[in-house]
Amino acid sequence: MSNQPVRRVLEPVSDTGRNGLDYRELLKVSLDSLLANRLRTFLTMLGIIIGVASVVSLMTLGNGASEAITGQFSALGTNVLTIFNGRPNRGPGQSGNIAPLTMSDYKAIERIKLPIVGPVPQFSSNATIAAPAADKSSTVIGTTADYAKVQSVIMASGTFFTDANVQGASQVVVLGSSLKTYLFGSGEAVGETVRINSLACRVIGVMAAKGGGPFGSPDDQALVPITLAHTRLFAARTSDGNLRVNLISLSVIKADDIDFTQQRIQMTLRDLRKLNSDGSEDDFNVINQASFLSSLSTITTLLTTFLAAIAGISLLVGGIGIMNIMLVSVTERTKEIGLRRAVGAQSRDILLQFMIEAVVLSFLGGFIGVVFGSILPIVLTVSGTFNAPVTLNSVVISLSVSLATGLFFGIWPARNAANLNPIQALRHE
Amino acid sequence: MITIEQMTKVYTMGEIEVHALRGVNLTIHSGEFIAIMGPSGSGKSTLMNMIGCLDTPTSGRYALDGIEVASLNDNDLSAVRARKLGFVFQQYMLLPRQSALSNVEMPMLYRGIASSERSRRARVALELVGMGNRIDHRPNELSGGQQQRVAIARALAGSPSVILADEPTGALDSTTSEEIMLMLRQLNREQNLTIIIVTHESDIAAYADRIVTIRDGVVTADRKNEVLHV
Repeated sequence: MSNQPVRRVLEPVSDTGRNGLDYRELLKVSLDSLLANRLRTFLTMLGIIIGVASVVSLMTLGNGASEAITGQFSALGTNVLTIFNGRPNRGPGQSGNIAPLTMSDYKAIERIKLPIVGPVPQFSSNATIAAPAADKSSTVIGTTADYAKVQSVIMASGTFFTDANVQGASQVVVLGSSLKTYLFGSGEAVGETVRINSLACRVIGVMAAKGGGPFGSPDDQALVPITLAHTRLFAARTSDGNLRVNLISLSVIKADDIDFTQQRIQMTLRDLRKLNSDGSEDDFNVINQASFLSSLSTITTLLTTFLAAIAGISLLVGGIGIMNIMLVSVTERTKEIGLRRAVGAQSRDILLQFMIEAVVLSFLGGFIGVVFGSILPIVLTVSGTFNAPVTLNSVVISLSVSLATGLFFGIWPARNAANLNPIQALRHE
Repeated sequence: MITIEQMTKVYTMGEIEVHALRGVNLTIHSGEFIAIMGPSGSGKSTLMNMIGCLDTPTSGRYALDGIEVASLNDNDLSAVRARKLGFVFQQYMLLPRQSALSNVEMPMLYRGIASSERSRRARVALELVGMGNRIDHRPNELSGGQQQRVAIARALAGSPSVILADEPTGALDSTTSEEIMLMLRQLNREQNLTIIIVTHESDIAAYADRIVTIRDGVVTADRKNEVLHV
């Protein structure tokens, strides 16, 4: 064997004299490392994906649900005033000795000549409605022809009853859409006869579906002329010979008039009921749909907050997941850090590499999370079940929390490892 | 060329001071193949860390190719390691999920060598250690001896002044150990590489041209190896 060097295959290298990595190389090192460890990369992202996806979907669904609820009630009309029996601000059973709401109250309101549609009295009770094929116990409401205008009734077929029907106490009935389907299936109902508590009535119309309302769904109800309800269907006489009603509703023509109208009705009824003389409390309630909506919005806010709280918990759990995987993976990688330091990496190179890895993981995980979280709301919206557009709020909140967690727990342990003596890091078990 | 004069290293562990090196003098010339021997606790690992610029001495002088290492800060030490030193570890220390080629290229990243040049040098280095046909294999697809060859290629690809091998055969069987030691000697002869082996086994030290023995933090013997293992 010769002791003379044969030839140096690797000549001394001429490098740029620059220490550490440039950003392009750093990016490549980080991406290589993420791609080489796909399982670890996936597990780390999983925490971010779950956290972001649950916040986006729950917050979006919560928002959609409360808008849907509020929307349904708004569809019933915000100009509507409803007058009930009972003292304001009291629950049922505390009314004591109060005069029931009757047709004289209704006529008193009618006489004021306000710029309104209505008033419309309603007198309702449960009755069995029998059709040839099926029968059902339903709410039967006696009312006047103006009901159709105040409640914005849309007819699916046939017509609503007229003033003449009301004056003549005609034996006619208008059915809600679900009730009609129950009694007649998909067949024609108009022109058929049903028996309401064994009184034969001709079906003259079917209303289009409207959805739930505050006092039961109109889709399940049957409407008859109030005169028929008073005289032939239900017991309606009060002790002083008046005819009882359950509620009186009306809608103001201009929404601005609602407060004024409410006050006028209140004064009129107080006069009629002689409450002004002894300064008693009202023994009736005038409810403004708008104020009902505002108390409803308290409920829906509660719903949204509740869902947001659940989402926040998932985000917390996701964040702890991110933290664990990041801490474990940096501990596992302490040897790698030691090796890189030993062969010449500066602590800055290590720190930047881990920072880029954490940024890529967090952004990619966050993005996938937003996509997954949007699937359910988008499917529900497109299929028409439920209108729940993805809210910017939920995306921003969930992304920023997971990015912050991902970055912090990606960088902080890496910084500690980068500052270790390379020998200690290499010997790390 | 390495010059070490009166080097000491004192570790403080709680209240106890451990004198790991107590005044080491050593000169290593370019192109030498030298073994540093000693039992555990002798201070040979500490000396290796000093030569490898992984740690700085408490007192004394260390010059590597004219650079006074003892006074350098952390970043400068990193830069010296990147250019002047190639490390071979007992446990190979390859990045587990990356190819032999990227493992060999990795150290050159940290000294601003262009990507094409990194890749060229890594291929040449892998050829030199007989791994030219396995450049795309990952460590778990290679035997221990093959992994150590890749690690040696990683150490020499950047043409360092010194290759520092810490128990390079400690995890290998005797046949493979012999192959690795013969290969290191061949690289020393043919490529004029300066190689320092740190070991506690005299059979391994016997492959080197010069054997330095260290005990209790001082050099107790420094002799030319007369009976070369062949």
